[in-house]
Amino acid sequence: MTTVEPERGARAIEVRDLHKYYGSHEVLKGVDFHVDAGQVVCVIGPSGSGKSTLLRCVNRLEEPTSGRILVEGIDICDPEVDLAAVRSRIGMVFQQFNLFPHMSVLKNLCVAQRRVRKRSQDEAVRIARDNLAKVGLADKENAYPAHLSGGQQQRVAIARALSMEPDMMLFDEPTSALDPELVGDVLAVMRTLATDGMTMMVVTHEMGFAREVGDNLVFMDGGVIVEEGDPVDVLSHPRHARTQAFLSKVL
Amino acid sequence: MNRTQRRRVRDGALYAVLTLALVGAAVVTDWEAVTTNFLDGPTWRAMWPEIVTVAVWNTVTYTVISFVFAFAVALVLAFMKLSPLAVYRWLATAYIEFFRGLPALVVIFFMAFAVPLAFHWIPPGGLVGAGIVGLIVTYAAYMAETLRAGIQAVPKGQREAAQSLGMNGAWTTVSVILPQAIRIVIPPLTNELVALIKDTSLLFVVGMQADQVELSAFGQNNTVTFANASPLLAIALFYLVVTLPMTRLVAWLERRQQRAR
Repeated sequence: MTTVEPERGARAIEVRDLHKYYGSHEVLKGVDFHVDAGQVVCVIGPSGSGKSTLLRCVNRLEEPTSGRILVEGIDICDPEVDLAAVRSRIGMVFQQFNLFPHMSVLKNLCVAQRRVRKRSQDEAVRIARDNLAKVGLADKENAYPAHLSGGQQQRVAIARALSMEPDMMLFDEPTSALDPELVGDVLAVMRTLATDGMTMMVVTHEMGFAREVGDNLVFMDGGVIVEEGDPVDVLSHPRHARTQAFLSKVL
Repeated sequence: MNRTQRRRVRDGALYAVLTLALVGAAVVTDWEAVTTNFLDGPTWRAMWPEIVTVAVWNTVTYTVISFVFAFAVALVLAFMKLSPLAVYRWLATAYIEFFRGLPALVVIFFMAFAVPLAFHWIPPGGLVGAGIVGLIVTYAAYMAETLRAGIQAVPKGQREAAQSLGMNGAWTTVSVILPQAIRIVIPPLTNELVALIKDTSLLFVVGMQADQVELSAFGQNNTVTFANASPLLAIALFYLVVTLPMTRLVAWLERRQQRAR
């Protein structure tokens, strides 16, 4: 295994000329993309545009067909790299929450801390409780996921990722599976995280969040990045016809 | 008549028919023959306590040994079947198709008589041990398919969530995938456990010493010894004594875990 220490001064995420095929279907057609440390980058686009695939390539839940992906300067496609160690520094939040249904909330937050971070039970529990408090669910540590609302489950999922004390967070449409009235709580937690300086890559349909919180906005369509820039600019004055067409439908 | 009244009349009619059928059966039964053949006091007393201390004990022991080992083999087969390596998948499929296609009785015969001839090897426990190996290899094939289905029924996102937290493949499987997969397959595994309890009766074909008999062999031996069928009724009752608590226990476990989900 090669070193997994992050390279000083490297970008949090750097993607170069990324191609991804499913069989003969090309979902990513040469994507160049980066997120700097401390930045919040939102990725928007129609379904099938490749935005979730791009995000999932960053911690190699999807295997890129070609191209390079550097996370804190480490080439995650290098066969010698300790992928689990890199992943443990990248928090990920899924559309479907993916909490472990057979574990209590507290256990959900502790299992990887104990196993991957090798923390003592006491330390893991302390960190878990801190993070549960941060997402406003301190009273739910003994609940099982099935007894929580979607919004609560997603906040637990965020707390679970945070308990690993990651250097960055990936959000894959974190509010798309939620009832409309529960979206606000999750976005509020994400907003706090951004304010605290967390590096974030967010695939989302929440244009309001992208406008207010995002440092950079990326519009994808057909497996390529069509347009990117300051969120307010892109959302108010889209230059490309495809961006204009998409935004006219969702705004 | 409104709907409630109609339903009462219909239910009442059903109960009446059922009661009539039972009374009819009781009337035509030759109770004297039943009593002399199945409820013969001296025969029942002669079987006690060996029917529990030997026969039930051995049935349960053979079942537990077979189930534990079959489960372990099945787990290996299930993961082989899900392996990205074609050789493993092919081997597991060949094993499963072979042993699913044979009656347990034939496999027990082979293990007890053909394998020792071919390899000059008798498993621990002698002929009964060999018969149990037959049960293990047969039930491993059934349970492997059940476990594979359970593992595949765990949503893909569960493994992804564990991986994204930096957990390695083995630990993800043990702490995230298997607990959920086993919960999913508890009902079909119970069916297989109950079938296995009953299939320990096939072990009699290898020939058993007095202290090795399980319920069926015990029943047959005593039926011959006493020239009376009471032992058959006795072992039927004791099979139920063994199987009913197991199915009830598992049903309870299932309900309890359902609540935790």
